[in-house]
Amino acid sequence: MSLESSEPVGAELGAPAQTPSSPHKGMFGIEGTGDVSGFGGLVRRKPDVVGSPKPYGSYFDEVTDALEEAYPGFADAIEKVVVDRDELTLHIVPEKIAEVAQIMRDDESLRFELCSSVSGVDYLNSDTRRLHVIYQLTSMTYRRRVRLEVAVPAGGSVPTVTSVYPTADWQEREAYDMFGVLFTGHPNLTRILMPDDWEGHPQLKDYPLGGVPVEYKGAEIPPPDQRRVYQ
Amino acid sequence: MTSSGYATERETTEGRVFTVTGGDWDTITGSIDPLSNEKIVVNMGPQHPSTHGVLRLVLELEGETVTEARCVIGYLHTGIEKNLEYRNWTQGTTFVTRADYLAPLFNEAGYVLGVEKLLGITDDITERAQTIRVLFMELNRISSHLVWLATAGMEIGAISMMLYGFREREYILDIFEETTGLRMNHAYFRPGGVANDIPESAIKKIRDFLVYMPKKLKEYEDLLSGQIIWQQRTQGVAVLDVTGCLALGITGPVLRSAGLAWDLRKTLPYSGYENYEFDVPTATTGDVWGRYQVRMAEMRESLKIVEQALDRLKPGPIFIADKKIAWPAQLALGVDGMGNSLEHVANIMGQSMESLIHHFKLVTEGFRVPAGQVYIGIEHPRGELGVHVVSDGGTHPYRVHMRDPSFVNLQAIPAMAEGALIADVIAGGASLDPVMGGCDR
Repeated sequence: MSLESSEPVGAELGAPAQTPSSPHKGMFGIEGTGDVSGFGGLVRRKPDVVGSPKPYGSYFDEVTDALEEAYPGFADAIEKVVVDRDELTLHIVPEKIAEVAQIMRDDESLRFELCSSVSGVDYLNSDTRRLHVIYQLTSMTYRRRVRLEVAVPAGGSVPTVTSVYPTADWQEREAYDMFGVLFTGHPNLTRILMPDDWEGHPQLKDYPLGGVPVEYKGAEIPPPDQRRVYQ
Repeated sequence: MTSSGYATERETTEGRVFTVTGGDWDTITGSIDPLSNEKIVVNMGPQHPSTHGVLRLVLELEGETVTEARCVIGYLHTGIEKNLEYRNWTQGTTFVTRADYLAPLFNEAGYVLGVEKLLGITDDITERAQTIRVLFMELNRISSHLVWLATAGMEIGAISMMLYGFREREYILDIFEETTGLRMNHAYFRPGGVANDIPESAIKKIRDFLVYMPKKLKEYEDLLSGQIIWQQRTQGVAVLDVTGCLALGITGPVLRSAGLAWDLRKTLPYSGYENYEFDVPTATTGDVWGRYQVRMAEMRESLKIVEQALDRLKPGPIFIADKKIAWPAQLALGVDGMGNSLEHVANIMGQSMESLIHHFKLVTEGFRVPAGQVYIGIEHPRGELGVHVVSDGGTHPYRVHMRDPSFVNLQAIPAMAEGALIADVIAGGASLDPVMGGCDR
């Protein structure tokens, strides 16, 4: 993230503070009132997720080596391998996710029989391919876990893994419902938690939380997404 | 067909639609010509006493046989995951605890373990806090299984079981109330430890419970196991084998009833479960009867763990030593529930300015969690509860996803129900033990 327009705010006499509403600037997210804290110009930069170098340690080398051996398109399909906090994440090219999942499940030295969880994350403003879909796989044979991650732009599409893991059916529907990720080839991609006629995808970062101000003992407290918060 | 009373009917483009309550069923089936109208679509729920909360089942019937079953969920969606993103990390526990309301402490455990792993303090959690967590999770497992037994019993016609199950559950809720101040939705597990220590009176209650409960479990089995109706309603009903379970992602007692001893407390241990001695009960039948037996046995195993945890409970701190994370308040149980102890308030307000600043900063701002993501899987009473926690380095969670076992397990309803009788949909659905608060979040 760049450091654009990081001029001190509230410096001009009599002018209202122009604390930007970006979640990574300033400390309180205030607009329209004077900020004398001096923290309004703070910019928090997020480090990019970088790939980890080999050897990865733990069982991670075994898993990646086994996948490389079993899957001829390994070099084209794997964007990067990240080992963080004792967990292995394989970033996959979106089009290849179903193929990789198939091998992860079926190869004898991998055997990730269970797809524990499928969910989405919206990396608005920090990744151009803002929507990430995350697959948590569990190998019951070897008692291992691995995470697959794909990234697509808003409204992008990802091949479904339901033919490999039928359990992903509802979970992909939830990711579609909440983030608008389209899973191509899904047998029944409809909303699951929100009503059928709902507009928008509520878990997106630019979708407001909503709410009404609450009065408590004479003081009015704004809804949660409009309160002052430390960032 | 009479238009008086409750059973009204109207014509639509898709056929005739009836609104039925209770005993009106006979008048409807009597009025339908069985030769020309074999198929009937029944909307069961969302407010039906036998669907465990606001679950809606759309059943296509031919006579009494279900040809197609579809679940409709989302009626209890409360946006917990989205709300978490607007609160600090500690406040998060007050939200997740409300997801699966029959197993609040498991939701909290999954979440706080995730936050602790992101902070890199998993190994710094004190011995006493770990033991208390295990102790309370196992008590919660028993209370959750008791509600299952109570409601499943009621749905299959064993009404007395409902009363007994809820009666014994109340005993456990009393223990929780004594310690956390609340019967449910405790927000008791916090990132870094637990909110407050167990009082002596609660420990005495748990000891009494350990003596009291085995007798009651025996009583339930005397009541149900030999009962011919109970056997016929459960044996060979809603069968799902290991292959089916794995494909559909079904975990917990349902998977174990099919014969696979997969229990995360044993296979991928957390919170020190590797130090406790207990068995993983399984059955081989894969039907409702097997799930009943597995859950009964699990309650006995949980009692074993509770007893061991009580013996391991040594005096010591219940919160992490790191003052940058440990909740600064000294909580005490007041007449109106949990709150700051008055001595602590007097101290920070009158004696120590630094303590006041520290308190204020941690409570209003909270602590920062280094950027990254983790996934935690724990053994919930209904299966694997997975919590995926993402931080962007700030004081609020960036994204939390709960992989709730009720949500995933409900996918098994069509596999269990299609081709079976409509009465078995109730027994099969109940055997999954879905809790819609967790399912819809």
